[in-house]
Formats: sequence, C-alpha cells, structure tokens
Amino acid sequence: MRSILATGLLGLSLSVSGLANAEPVKIGVITTLSGGGSGLGIDMRDAFTLAIDRSGNEDVELVIEDDAQKPEMAVQIANKMIQSDNVDLMTGIIWSNLAMAVVPSVTAQDVIYLSPNAGPSALAGERCHPNYFNVAYQNDNFHEAMGQYANEDYKNTFILAPNYPAGKDSLTGFKRFYEGELAGEIYTQVGQTDYAAEIAQIRSSGADSVFFFLPGGMGISFMKQYAQSGLDIPVMGPAFSFSQDVLPAVGEAALGVKNSATWSKDLDNEANKAFVEAFTEEYGRLPSVYAAQSWDTANLILSALEKASPDDKEAFRAALKEADFDSVRGEFAFNTNNHPIQNVYIREVVEEDGELTNKVVATAFEDHEDAFAQDCSM
Amino acid sequence: MSLALLIEQLLNGLQLGVMLFLMAAGLTLIFGVMGLINLAHGSLYMVGAFACAIVAAATGSFWIGLAASLVAAAAAGAIVEVTVIRRLYDRDHLDQVLATFALILVFSEGTRWVFGSFPLYLDIPPLLQGAVPLPGGGQYQLYRLAIIGVGIAVAIGLYLLISRTRLGMRIRAGESDREMIAALGVDIKTLYTVVFALGAALAGLAGALVGALQSVQVGMGEPVLILAFVVIVIGGIGSIKGALFGAILVGVVDTMGRVLLPQALSLMLPPSQAGLVGGALASMLIYIVMALILAFRPSGLFGAQS
Repeated sequence: MRSILATGLLGLSLSVSGLANAEPVKIGVITTLSGGGSGLGIDMRDAFTLAIDRSGNEDVELVIEDDAQKPEMAVQIANKMIQSDNVDLMTGIIWSNLAMAVVPSVTAQDVIYLSPNAGPSALAGERCHPNYFNVAYQNDNFHEAMGQYANEDYKNTFILAPNYPAGKDSLTGFKRFYEGELAGEIYTQVGQTDYAAEIAQIRSSGADSVFFFLPGGMGISFMKQYAQSGLDIPVMGPAFSFSQDVLPAVGEAALGVKNSATWSKDLDNEANKAFVEAFTEEYGRLPSVYAAQSWDTANLILSALEKASPDDKEAFRAALKEADFDSVRGEFAFNTNNHPIQNVYIREVVEEDGELTNKVVATAFEDHEDAFAQDCSM
Repeated sequence: MSLALLIEQLLNGLQLGVMLFLMAAGLTLIFGVMGLINLAHGSLYMVGAFACAIVAAATGSFWIGLAASLVAAAAAGAIVEVTVIRRLYDRDHLDQVLATFALILVFSEGTRWVFGSFPLYLDIPPLLQGAVPLPGGGQYQLYRLAIIGVGIAVAIGLYLLISRTRLGMRIRAGESDREMIAALGVDIKTLYTVVFALGAALAGLAGALVGALQSVQVGMGEPVLILAFVVIVIGGIGSIKGALFGAILVGVVDTMGRVLLPQALSLMLPPSQAGLVGGALASMLIYIVMALILAFRPSGLFGAQS
C-alpha cells in the first residue's frame, strides 16, 4: 500500500515539475496589504493581478507579500524573494521610505525593479540605476503641476505639508513653479489628526487659496475639519487626498476641489476605457490612481516579455525602456533616468451617479520631465 | 496675533485636552484600580469610532451611532477583560504589555478583515453644525464647543461617581488595598470587569466624538494612546484629577506650541526655515514639558508621593 502511495506521489510530483518546465517568469510584488495604509496596496495588487490575468499570458507567476508599511519588513521580504524565490523582476512598493530601503539593494543585486508609485528624488537623480524603472512619477511632479496651475488664479497661497522628507519635497516642488506670494508655510506633525490650530492660522493669514499635501488619514481629517470650519478659501492639492480610495471618507467636503494627477478615470483613450471597465467589473469599485499606475506597470512588463527574456538583462532593460505599451495615461515615454515623461492634469472632484469621483479640467504640463534627470549619469 | 485668534487657539487646546482626558481617564482608572498597563486602550477608541460610523451610516442618525459606540466599546472591553486581561493581574508589567500589544494587532487586523481597509465616513450631526461668535470678533465651531462640554460633564460625572457612590467607594478601596476588600466580601472580579468596561466606554465615546472630525480608519487609536500615556504620566498615574489637569496642559501646550513657535522663530529665520524648525520643536514640546515636570515631581502633578 505504502509503495503504491509513494509511486502515486512520485508520479504527481513528476507531472507537476513537467508543467513547470515552461520556466515561468517570476515577479515579486511587495506591497502594503495590512494596517492603515493598506487601501493603496490593495488597489495596487488588484490592478496588477487583473492585468496579468486578462493578458492571457500564463508564463507569469506572481509572488505577493505584505510589507505592513514597515521598511525593515520590506527589506526582509525582498531578500527572501531574491535569494530563495529567485524572482526575475520586482515591483509593488507604495511608500517612498520603503522604496529607499529596498530599491538600492535590489538593483545592486542585478534584479530589475519597477516602481508603481513611490518616486523619491534621490533615486531619480544621482542614485539612478539602469535596473530601476519608475512607471509612476517622480514625487515632485504632482506638486509642481499644482504650483503651475495656481499661477492662473491665485496670488497669495497658504501651503502646508507634514514635517518629513516627502512633505518637504512637496512644498519645494510647489514653489518651483508657483510665482505668487506665500501667505504662510506650515509643516505639521506626521500622523497629526487635528488641524484646528492650522485652520485658524489660515483664516487669519488673508490667503486667497490653500495648497496642502497630507497623505492618508491626515488629508481626510484636514478636509473634513476645513469644511466644518466654514472657511471658503479654495483648497487644492495633489491627487492623494482626492483619490478614489479616500473620497468616500472625505464626503461632500471634497466637491469642487482641484487636484493634480497624471491619470483620471475619464482620460479619453482606448486603454483607459478598457482598464476602468475591467477593474469596475471585477471588483465592483472605481479604480484609483494607484490602480492605474499598477495596471501600466503590469502592461509594461508584459510588453517587454514579448521582446526579450528577463534572463538576458541587457535586452530586457532595452525592451522596458522602449515603453511599447498602451498606457492608460496616454502618451508615455521614459526619460534618460528611467522616469516617465508624461502629461500632468488638473482634476476636479465631482459627483457622478451619487458617487464622488474626479474629472479632468485642465492640463498643467505636457510631456513633463522631472527636475532631477540632469543629475543622473545614465 | 489678535485677541480673537488667541481665544480660538486656546479653545482648540482645551478641546484637544478634553478629548485626551476621555482617553486618559479610562487608562489611569484601570491602572489605579487593577495595576494593569493596557496598551489596547487605543483599540477600544477605534471600536467606538467604527461602531458610531457604521450605525450612523445604517440609521442616518449620529446620536444612535454615539449610543452604539458606548455600548460596543463597553462590551468589547468587558469581553476582553473576562477572556484575556483577567489572567494578567498577577503577572508583571512586561507580560501585560506583551499581551495587550497582541490585542492591538488582533483588533486592528480583525477590524480590517471585517470592514476593509478603506476609511469610513462619519460627519458631525446637523444639530451641531455651524459656529458661534467669540468675544473679539472671531467664531468658533459649535461641535468643538460641544466636545468641551461633554468632557467637562464626564469629569464631573466621574468625580461624583468616585466620591459619592457605593461603586466609587469600592473603586477607591480597590485602589488602596485589593486583598482587604476581597476579604471583606466584595466581588472583586465583577468590580474589575465593571471598571474596565467603564474605561473602555470612555475611550469609545472619545473615538466616536473625534471620528466625526477626522478619518475613521484602522490604526487611528495608537497616536492618541501615546498622548494619553504622556497625560497620565504628567498627571500622576492612577489619579483622575491628574488626568484632567494633565490632559488640558498637554492639549493647550501642544496647540499653542504649534502656533506660536514658528511665529516666534520667523522673527529670526526666513519663513520656510522657521516653519521647519518651529514644526520640529513643536512636536517635541509636550515631551520636554513632561521631562521637566518629572524632574521636579517624579510621581507626576497629582501622583501619590511615595
């Protein structure tokens, strides 16, 4: 009996390894699936797996792990994926501090990393790397676009952001293109939930507009309290606080707010229509910016896989760099530092069929490049 | 800075303080009576906010949500006390910290599992929308005034409960000598469960009140928990009066620091530098105050002098 079982098992394992002979391409996805920031990671993962499924390419195998938004955990997972899972490519990280912890060591071990969201300035400039491709944006881009757009209507803007590297980058990016006066400039605490003191300062500053970058729950708190305070100075900011994942929690307070992003659900191109339809049909909710960037990342990888194998790093990098895929953002190309050259749009929060969402109202930049490409020696 | 703005910022500080008091009162009560360090207090705050948001969304009434938050947090507190906390009273503080930290993870991931990762929506009730005029020409949001009112009412209620009722007498007795009141025939187990549920209900109330101002999401309790610990250390561990004064001190110092430090520094530095340095200093300010108070009064403002 035992020998029959053993033979059966042996046969089974043989047939399994027989299937595996096709040598699938392994993609390691490290993203945030638990804790307060998991809404972003879940959208990233859902769009990525959906793009791979819908492509019909069965030679792609995904290894998905949760980093819980902790840099040390992301580093451990990355090492495990490279050393024991032998992944060919990596992607998935949402947060810049995690990307800074993981990406330099991954690219140094000759694994190609594609960023679906985080774009810290260090990795765009002096520390750029041939194995690092950013499919999303350089962190400053959204803020630069808002600064550019603010010139049209405003002369005296009050700006605020949390006191950490991405917050400083944000205000620097805004000021790079904004030409008016600043009514005030405040750095708030990271994780701050009460903005009564800041809102009182805005009220007394005489500002004609407010620009804020407060990702996650901070932005939700700020917007609600701002609306409740009765202040009617126009607010603007990057898309993070007006993305599809947080709009329901902000509620009507967000209506009419201008925000900047490289993607919107109503961008008029075939790839975008197909994406929004597929995502909504599969998951029963509207996609966010993070989902769109992740969908593009998956399709970029698929397009490169048709031209080259990841085993031949040189050829595969060249295939990625061509960016020969239909981006949901329309025109898309890589700059010398492997960061996107793309349009940045101004969107407005509107209500459609009883649901809050965004529509494009202006184009802040056409074929925008980041400010750090010249520092990159590639 | 004008008088109206100063009054508005003082009220903001008071409101933050009162909210911290609701958290700190439960924490300090539980520590005073049972000698237990409860890290999961922030999770009970989250339970209150989620209960209020969900019930308010289902019924359309913030007030039913508020009642639900009290019930849900008290029930969660009582269940946790009976199933987990009860086993920890005789253990040392390290075991308590480990177990209640585990509870944070269980509550956070459990909530995410049931309600998803996206933040929930909760708005202030129509009755409390709008603002009231302040002396000096300013305006202040009615809802925040109401939070201050609730906080003061809870402080008076707790004072009466502890000094005037039989339950309060037992709580005080439990604080000074646990074995003796057990020997006198008081059902100490039930007393502990009641105290724990009371503390939990206060945390749930704070979560629901604040949930209407900010985002209701997983992990919202932990930042508040840290501040609540600062409050009870400043006020003296185990003292409700200390929690009240500590909370208002922390609220006012934190708010005024955030406003005044960058302004004071902008007299010497360029504005963006003043903002950065002022912001960094302001976030340290309450910890500096705590260190100073502990240097002169090691057991806190109202702590038992031992």
